[in-house]
Amino acid sequence: MILTNFNYFANLIRYFSEGLGWGTGGEILGYIIVAAIYLAFFALAGLFLVYLERRVAAFFQLRLGPNRVGPWGLFQTIADALKLLTKELIGTDRKDKLLYHSAYYIVIIAALLSLSVIPFGHGFAAFDVNIGVFFISAVSSVGVLSILFGGWGSNNKYALIGGMRSGLQMISYELSAGLALLTIVLMAGTLQMSEIVLQQQTGWFIWRGHIPALIAFFIFIVAGTAESNRVPFDLPEGEAELGAGYHTEYSGMGFAWFFLAEFINMFIISAMGVTLFLGGWLSPWGITENLGAQWFWDLFWFFLKVFLMIFLMMWFRWTFPRVRIDQLLTLEWKYLLPIGLINIVLMAILVYFNLVF
Amino acid sequence: MSYIGDILGGIKTLFTGMKVTGGYFFPNIISRKYVITRQYPDEPAIVFERFKGEVVMWHNENNEHRCTGCQACEIACPNGSIEIIWDRVLNPETGKKVKVIDKHIYHLGMCTMCNLCIQACPTNAIMWSTNFHNSTYDRSKLTKVLNKPGSKLMAGVEE
Repeated sequence: MILTNFNYFANLIRYFSEGLGWGTGGEILGYIIVAAIYLAFFALAGLFLVYLERRVAAFFQLRLGPNRVGPWGLFQTIADALKLLTKELIGTDRKDKLLYHSAYYIVIIAALLSLSVIPFGHGFAAFDVNIGVFFISAVSSVGVLSILFGGWGSNNKYALIGGMRSGLQMISYELSAGLALLTIVLMAGTLQMSEIVLQQQTGWFIWRGHIPALIAFFIFIVAGTAESNRVPFDLPEGEAELGAGYHTEYSGMGFAWFFLAEFINMFIISAMGVTLFLGGWLSPWGITENLGAQWFWDLFWFFLKVFLMIFLMMWFRWTFPRVRIDQLLTLEWKYLLPIGLINIVLMAILVYFNLVF
Repeated sequence: MSYIGDILGGIKTLFTGMKVTGGYFFPNIISRKYVITRQYPDEPAIVFERFKGEVVMWHNENNEHRCTGCQACEIACPNGSIEIIWDRVLNPETGKKVKVIDKHIYHLGMCTMCNLCIQACPTNAIMWSTNFHNSTYDRSKLTKVLNKPGSKLMAGVEE
């Protein structure tokens, strides 16, 4: 059992400031390098997920999907991104310039902040704070602002309706998602993400918490799908009735940032689910514990689990029809929230009487 | 207890739906089992018999066609895609002058594939071809002469 508080990114920064003796300048350089790594990860993971979504969608719809650019069409989304980079930004007349242009920066900032506290492996978190779960819940709700800003600033009625719907939906479903996370926090007794993972060395929380953890996991998946604005909860976009919802009036890279951030949000939701319920970077039954190159296996298992979660969300997308706005609210306020509240009480009782494994 | 029953029923229907879509997805990633996409330039396209590609005139192996030059197709065509250049030639056996086509000109660029000419043809001389490789860089190439050079009317069509 390793419980040392080491961190690859902190070591990198320390290497520049103390190892090379560059002092504060080296420290700043280290921070910039870490930020660049995260930005590169953001862009590459986003592009890969867009590719994955298109490929998975194609196989669900009996098509082939992009398969021309590069091996298996892997470079298709990179080509698309290059095309979007060269496109002119066209907005509406009399848009609210500040809100309109700040919207896509906010969405990136919110996504990157959430990404920074997620441990990809042992010591692979840029910002392993002791309030990790709380921090993610807090900054991911900043993402609502960007959608509201984009919807309002576009000076377009469809964008406005899309933005309002999104605000409604994300604020509602954040409650259930937060309660589902709290259920696990009750078991773990800590909010630090890496600590939560290390506590699962004796068994993943979805197994150790049995019934309430399973219910919490279901609630978390439903609420997470709703929070990342994906089908069946994609009312903010609602192609059929709203054009494209809050990003109707964005073109070129402005649109691409929203698009990438949507996929990164899906990644964050999946990573949260994996960290809290499915043991994060830990291998099932510890099968790769003694194989050496632990950092590689950490990353391998973490990304494999996240990939499976993301695939599950894509499976939802191509199976379920979109819900109506009243069905959306009924599901949240009449079903998920009461069940979540009862569930958290149940979990508290189980933890108090020590009935969890 | 319909509250919990509703939830369980809902979850059951969700799994039913996922079973259906998963039943298509997993065979597709393994063996492309249900994929109906055809990668056309690499694979030959499937063209159905009923596909209306362009109007052609049927010729037999002796370079004979069935067109009597009655111009029913030319009259039936709503946008003038068909022009027939014809002549009257003396038939030595009966001593009567008979209409004979010189050129059956078909403007593919104007044709809307409405099928009226083919319905109008009393001798089934013209028919649909399924060929769809019709794009050219020059519009004049879309004007086609349907009867082959040196072809003549098949015997026994005119009776």
